[in-house]
Amino acid sequence: MEKLRHISGSIVGLPVNDIDTDQIIPARFLKVTDKAGLGKAAFCDWRYLEDGETPNPDFILNQPDYAGASVLVAGNNFGCGSSREHAPWALLGAGFKAVISTDFADIFRNNALKNGLLPIVVDRDTQQQLFSLAEEAPGTEVSVDVEAQALTLPDGRRVNFPLDGFSKYCLLHGVDQLGYLLALDGDVRAFEASNPQRVKTTV
Amino acid sequence: MTENGRPRTLFEKVWHAHTVREQSDDTPAVLYIDLHLVHEVTSPQAFSMLRERGLAVRRPDQTIGTMDHSTPTTPRNDLGVIPIADAMAALQLDTFSRNCRDFGIPMYALGDEHQGIVHVIGPEKGLTQPGMTIVCGDSHTSTHGAFGALAFGIGTSEVGHVLATQTLLQNKPRTMAINVDGRLGDGVTAKDIILAIIARIGIGGGTGKVFEYRGEAIRSLSMEGRMTVCNMSIEGGARAGMVAPDDTTFEYMRGRRHAPSGAEWDAALAHWRSLPSDPGATFDQEITLRADELIPMITYGTNPGMGMPIDGAVPAPADEPDVNKKIALDKALDYMDLSPGQQLLGKAIDVVFIGSCTNSRITDLRQAARFMDGRKVADSVRMMVVPGSQQVKMQAESEGLHEIFRAAGAEWREAGCSMCIAMNGDQLRPGQYAVSTSNRNFEGRQGKGGRTFLASPLTAAASAVAGAVADPRVMLAN
Repeated sequence: MEKLRHISGSIVGLPVNDIDTDQIIPARFLKVTDKAGLGKAAFCDWRYLEDGETPNPDFILNQPDYAGASVLVAGNNFGCGSSREHAPWALLGAGFKAVISTDFADIFRNNALKNGLLPIVVDRDTQQQLFSLAEEAPGTEVSVDVEAQALTLPDGRRVNFPLDGFSKYCLLHGVDQLGYLLALDGDVRAFEASNPQRVKTTV
Repeated sequence: MTENGRPRTLFEKVWHAHTVREQSDDTPAVLYIDLHLVHEVTSPQAFSMLRERGLAVRRPDQTIGTMDHSTPTTPRNDLGVIPIADAMAALQLDTFSRNCRDFGIPMYALGDEHQGIVHVIGPEKGLTQPGMTIVCGDSHTSTHGAFGALAFGIGTSEVGHVLATQTLLQNKPRTMAINVDGRLGDGVTAKDIILAIIARIGIGGGTGKVFEYRGEAIRSLSMEGRMTVCNMSIEGGARAGMVAPDDTTFEYMRGRRHAPSGAEWDAALAHWRSLPSDPGATFDQEITLRADELIPMITYGTNPGMGMPIDGAVPAPADEPDVNKKIALDKALDYMDLSPGQQLLGKAIDVVFIGSCTNSRITDLRQAARFMDGRKVADSVRMMVVPGSQQVKMQAESEGLHEIFRAAGAEWREAGCSMCIAMNGDQLRPGQYAVSTSNRNFEGRQGKGGRTFLASPLTAAASAVAGAVADPRVMLAN
């Protein structure tokens, strides 16, 4: 994973609550064995007309004003539904570096953080302000300081957001969490030595 | 079983017993995982990561694989083989076979007599046991909580963590007690309980929490019913839902392939009996529903929280004060092509799907078959019955249930996830309406442009006969 210290980019709004992972990437795109190339499938059923190829001109991500947007502002409870990590893979593939919402579904948030896609939780007023800015002034840019856990709006206002210390460390230093777990092998051995194996699948 | 005299919940006991390293200000807790279930869709990138880093699977003897999501459910050919028409699915299944073989993980392949939906086979084989920690790269892993296990879905990176280390980094969730008091009326089932809960708390209501389902109505459910309830905990936003183990649990487990036996059974039983929440244990939040006030439930919208009693009317966006919710409801009704105030009873449908990790177990099929016996699927409806596993299929066939479904005009298929996730070619056509016993009614979930009404197997069967959304209680009374 690459280090993630600062993000600056233009915003695009999807003011829809409860955007589920089937919208972020429909299940028919999950018949893959790697992570690459999923950007085209992001929001596929909203982004393309019925033929699955012609861009839907009404969908906001297809409008030239928002080309290159890298910060998605979404309705409440973004990423609900399945555990598919293909959702953050698709969003990253489509050029997003951060998603802003009032709250995120648990598994999506975990998956996003493990891939360097930053889920930014803001209060409702900030979310609504960002929706308005995105609509009224396409190309509006925001900046994010991961270390300070701060989102800076175009008017200079800084909004702090929560980020657990461990995820923050991993983002700032570009390390993945597996290395940490592998280093605990001694603790795991001790645990196994003092607890019975509950079930054996190989018999 | 109190710690320092403080009463503990079922969740706290299981969490504490699996903590390799406590949570601190800087790091999440490290949890030990007793059982890891893997399937073809969310594992390939995790196995690739192991290969890239030269890592082994730490405990293949605590890992089990099955093929379920992208497998066809079309009937076997003359050679007894289930043909795979989709080249991408075939490659994914091949990759999974190779990964399980190379890393020493036991696996049930397509066509094997033990193959099936991952959340059906775990319990059916006795792999799922009270007090365990169970994970899988699938959000419906919450199903296994019906046994008093702490079971939750994880992403593919975490699948890799568990394969390599048998542990997982987790921040401790909060707890929520959901009491369902009283008794269910005739024609009202476990599915109606969970749809009512989600309609009440909303699909984000359980975010960051673990549910414990309690009360007389939950205690009265079969294990299959409890699995249906726990299965949809994720649709309420909770990663896990649990039911305290009791005699119903132990009776279900006794004699199953991987369940303990002999002296080990007695020791396990003593452990399992210590798991239920202590009297006086407190939860971060608590809600109560009355089972005797419930009637069959159905969803009208594009998320599982958009549900109502089956005799209800579709709500009006104009009545919704919250602007974001109003937009979502507007969008949902537009997609579903429904009008505010419209009744769903009598709404013509095209497809009925009985299956999925929510409702494909033997009791679900028995309920539906009992209803279909002597009745016919309406001419305008395609009804698919997809057993959750090969074992469920064999059991149903030994009871003659497949003959009842076929005589009624329904399709009797091979085991798998099928039209719940519509990855395998079993899907709705654009604009079609389905009454489905699955768990998600998201836009396009059962096929691009398809429209899903979630309901119980009984409501699905009644609707298949009527050719329209129907209340099973009316036909049961006749």
